[in-house]
Amino acid sequence: MTEVSVRNLWMEYGDQIVLERINFDVPAHSFVSLVGPSGCGKSTFLRLLLSQENATRGQICVDGEPLLPNPEPDRGVVFQKYSVFPHLTALENVLIGLEFERGGFSGRLHGRAKRNAQAEAMQYLEGVGLADAAQKYPSSLSGGMQQRLAIAQALIKKPRILLLDEPFGALDPGIRSEVHDLMLRLWWETKMTVFMVTHDLREAFYLGTRVIAFDRVRKREEELERYGATIAFDTPSDPAPFVTELATAEAAE
Amino acid sequence: MVPSRSGRLINRHPGPAAGRLLALVPFALLLVAYAIGSEIRLSENPNDKLLPSFTALSDAVERMAFEPDKRTGDYLLWVDTVASLSRLIGGVALATLLGTAIGISVGLIPYARRTMSAFIAVFAMIPPLAVLPILFITFGLGEVAKVVLIVFGIAPFMMRDLAMRVAELPSEQLVKAQTLGASTWHIAWRIVLPQMLPRIIDTVRLSLGSAWLFLIAAEAIAAQSGLGYRIFLLRRYLAMDVILPYVFWITLLAVVFDFVLRRYQTWAYPWFAAARAPG
Repeated sequence: MTEVSVRNLWMEYGDQIVLERINFDVPAHSFVSLVGPSGCGKSTFLRLLLSQENATRGQICVDGEPLLPNPEPDRGVVFQKYSVFPHLTALENVLIGLEFERGGFSGRLHGRAKRNAQAEAMQYLEGVGLADAAQKYPSSLSGGMQQRLAIAQALIKKPRILLLDEPFGALDPGIRSEVHDLMLRLWWETKMTVFMVTHDLREAFYLGTRVIAFDRVRKREEELERYGATIAFDTPSDPAPFVTELATAEAAE
Repeated sequence: MVPSRSGRLINRHPGPAAGRLLALVPFALLLVAYAIGSEIRLSENPNDKLLPSFTALSDAVERMAFEPDKRTGDYLLWVDTVASLSRLIGGVALATLLGTAIGISVGLIPYARRTMSAFIAVFAMIPPLAVLPILFITFGLGEVAKVVLIVFGIAPFMMRDLAMRVAELPSEQLVKAQTLGASTWHIAWRIVLPQMLPRIIDTVRLSLGSAWLFLIAAEAIAAQSGLGYRIFLLRRYLAMDVILPYVFWITLLAVVFDFVLRRYQTWAYPWFAAARAPG
């Protein structure tokens, strides 16, 4: 259960202000969609959440604690591309998160410890429907399978927050709705808080329990440099029918 | 789609059999040209040394490779080959180790990059052959100077090439690894190095030509054995009948190395072909 609060966040690159006065709170187990036109800073905001970059001013707190200054396992991520490691098989891609944690200096496991970790990793692969592809390299997986693999890879670290940077943007429509439902199920089961950057408004409202739009308030040519984007609107969104089904099923148990 | 065999020249493709035959044509032409040239010169002067007949060449190969030398009792071609290859492999191996360690550090760690990249760039500009005398003075005329020359000649290129390959890795991978709990060392050891191994093979293939150049140059100047040493020694006697097979042998070795490295790359790193393709 993770609560995120953003306090007066500013991001500047030299003279250029990209984001300004970003303030909002997100209750635990939210699914937040971040939308906005290109260059509105939504991906910058995601990088700040990830600590890939650090804010010029203001801070982001998770459960009351300011973010650590580097990317850490408490925040998982799935990018649109290059999320998985091409030189590792699907199973190894998921396993590596455990190997970094338990493998000591070499970041490798051997013998029984390795077999146990592999069994654990297999469960995550099964969870995203990739058990049959465990021994395949990412290059021989389809786009949808690669993204599912990236999700399993991130989830094995049990992150409190999952960050998605246009994760489904490159997928075919049919595949996309499949992965949507998978994502919702995993979000529901893990009780993570999810932030997803997307270009697709339908997707934003379908998946999100809340949609936050970034935009520049001042758009005149000479003002572009000195005024950054901020939150243009922020609205709750009804959970997808699939989530209601999940909730009903859970209540019935 | 079957490639077209008619129409505009740029759209016409030879079939597989014709393709192989075409590839042989330049080699065959060279051989024929040599045979004719040799025949003409020898018919004018049977003692001509410039283009020895095929019989003379094969006699020389017989003498160098399969008969013990009258003075030393060695089979010279093999002694020379072992001497040269151990220098070449030693130098290339050492340069590869250095290139990998420094290249990955420079490509991955901003502080290492700021510290080393200008130095390596300047160092790479030093003409290796110009420092050869220094190497001979410092390391003596033995094996060390020759190995060091090869390292000196190719290591800076390998460092820069690998640093660039590391920098080309998508930053998403490095961020992702950190979110999976990797330390800097973990990233270097489990994410970067394994992805660099097939690229190192490419770099070695590109460096081998220069490595041979530096090896033969060093052997030509000071050595007691080696393929380069023999060629430059026999030059004094215009012994083309030995020099030509030696050149052919060196070329063959280089081709075989290249072939083996390429095969090894596809066999050992099945994921690499797809990862290298753009997009």
